[in-house]
Amino acid sequence: MNWLTQLFAAGRTPGNRVLPFVTVLFLVTTLASMANLMLPESSPLHVSTYTITLLGKYLSYAMLALAVDVIWGYCGILSLGHGAFFALGGYAMGMYLMRQIGDRGVYGNPELPDFMVFLNWDSLPWYWLGMDQFWFAMLMVLAVPGLLAFVFGWLAFRSRVTGVYLSIMTQALTYALMLAFFRNEMGFGGNNGLTDFKDILGFDLQSDSTRVALFAITALMLGLVYVLSHLILKSRMGKVIVAIRDGEARARFLGYRTDRYKVWLFVFSALIAAMAGALYVPQVGIINPGEFSPLNSIEVVVWVAVGGRGTLYGAVIGALLVNYAKTRFTAIMPEGWLFALGALFVLVTLYLPKGLVGLGGQLAARRERKAGKATHQEAHS
Amino acid sequence: MTAMDNARELMRPDRVWPFLVPPAPPVDVSHQVLLYVEGLSVSFDGFKALNDLNLYINDGELRCLIGANGAGKTTLMDVITGKTRCDEGSVYFGQTHNLLEKSEPEIAQLGIGRKFQKPTVFEAHTVFDNLEMSLKTAKGIWQTLMARLAPRELDLIDQVLDTIGLKEQRFMLAGALSHGQKQWLEIGMLLVAEPRLLLIDEPVAGMTAEETERTAELLTSLAGDHTVVVVEHDMEFVRSIARTVTVLHQGTVLAEGSMEQVQNNRDVIEVYLGEEA
Repeated sequence: MNWLTQLFAAGRTPGNRVLPFVTVLFLVTTLASMANLMLPESSPLHVSTYTITLLGKYLSYAMLALAVDVIWGYCGILSLGHGAFFALGGYAMGMYLMRQIGDRGVYGNPELPDFMVFLNWDSLPWYWLGMDQFWFAMLMVLAVPGLLAFVFGWLAFRSRVTGVYLSIMTQALTYALMLAFFRNEMGFGGNNGLTDFKDILGFDLQSDSTRVALFAITALMLGLVYVLSHLILKSRMGKVIVAIRDGEARARFLGYRTDRYKVWLFVFSALIAAMAGALYVPQVGIINPGEFSPLNSIEVVVWVAVGGRGTLYGAVIGALLVNYAKTRFTAIMPEGWLFALGALFVLVTLYLPKGLVGLGGQLAARRERKAGKATHQEAHS
Repeated sequence: MTAMDNARELMRPDRVWPFLVPPAPPVDVSHQVLLYVEGLSVSFDGFKALNDLNLYINDGELRCLIGANGAGKTTLMDVITGKTRCDEGSVYFGQTHNLLEKSEPEIAQLGIGRKFQKPTVFEAHTVFDNLEMSLKTAKGIWQTLMARLAPRELDLIDQVLDTIGLKEQRFMLAGALSHGQKQWLEIGMLLVAEPRLLLIDEPVAGMTAEETERTAELLTSLAGDHTVVVVEHDMEFVRSIARTVTVLHQGTVLAEGSMEQVQNNRDVIEVYLGEEA
């Protein structure tokens, strides 16, 4: 029981946003799901399945933003390649969904996905074995990106690569993976990727109830990951991580092996990103090498910057707002979006160093300064 | 040939494989010497920062290092704490710990604490958190993730807050402290770590006369339980605390002894004190 009281106490410390965050997330999810399933389509409060799927997609993006915030906002590691872990998680999920198609594909081969039949392959490559089992696929969703993050992080952080050099390396990592996955011989569907999914665990992916369930699971996982990240970052380990951000050499002289801390935080973050990817794919219905593109990863960084880094809820808010804006904007003027995104990033960097969630504090400080100046002038006049 | 050499290197009878070495044997000071620095040389791009330096620090001693800029005082501390690699020489902590083989965190965990010239506290953390992180505890990832403050540790932090006079500011962000208070906080971070050896680089820079006096008192009270090495430019301050003084000049020890002896040493007068007089 002790840990339970501690858990509740953790949500009540002043300035803490866990409880409000989880409550809002839970309420929105429940209301949206009920409005979709229980209200008739003619009702003005009915939420369409399209919207539910869109919300689910946003929430998985929010999870990806959370992953980036954990390492960038708290440990100062600017990863411009987190899309790689997202896409790898997505591909593992996609492989499972491909195997679930069975003989309902265009070529009707019960064993091989369509693109392999098309390439005249006669058997599954070894790395596709076992992916028809849900538990094994879920294991791979976490294991592959986790292992990649561990190896990459271990090599980079042990050699004390930091700052802009590390960011460039993460870009190279995701770019290399993109080129590799574009190749047909890799066995991941080349540039078409994996698509035409039919069902997941026997549930039809097109049905409303499956869509709502996927959305609800995404919300639940986002809540769990949020609470877990909060607990980690509030522990003494979290304090050490912030200390590494602000003075790595000093933290080393306190006796902390900073490279190990960074490696494990990087792995943790990669696992969140991979989970987000795995939740994204069944809702969107496709995964292709485009997800590895460096641009995607940079976009995630913009979400976090817009929302406000170093606060977990800021990353989530940023991801939701920017993606909503993207959905709206691309409907009106598709080719203008990248310019808008760039302008947004510049504006936020210049005027909102703490992002949107820091805006309140910034305004309050300005008001205070003004008030201070006014009293100052009064005193002089 | 190289494979053969590697194998020979691996099987050398005078070495023990690292994973067979028992973890952290206690510091052996049976000869009353805590720190042995022998024949140490460090050069940066041809410039010899340390040149065949020999220094022995006794257990429980308070030692002052003085010397002009570029005499190698800070470089010496860098080598001891593992920040800089040396070209030649040996540095032993007690009789068993070869410091040159260890990384910065390992050296810190052995009980060597360092205070930097420029106060470096974690500004985004509160005073209390700064002290909590400096505690002498297990520094592994799992242990810090699960760490809870023991009553003894809380008492220690309280006591140190009292000593450094930051009791009122315990929940203030370290970044909001004044320069002098940061100096004190950094000294506090050293104290909670309960180190065997304290290396203190210019402790009174930027302190008021009163604070300087308090620092002097604190450092003299620390000696005995701890071993303290102080690098300082302020001759007045050195005079007030020093029992033994070592004068460094161009990377070597020029003179060693009590303040009196050192002041009367002809070489010293010539190169260092002479300029002042």
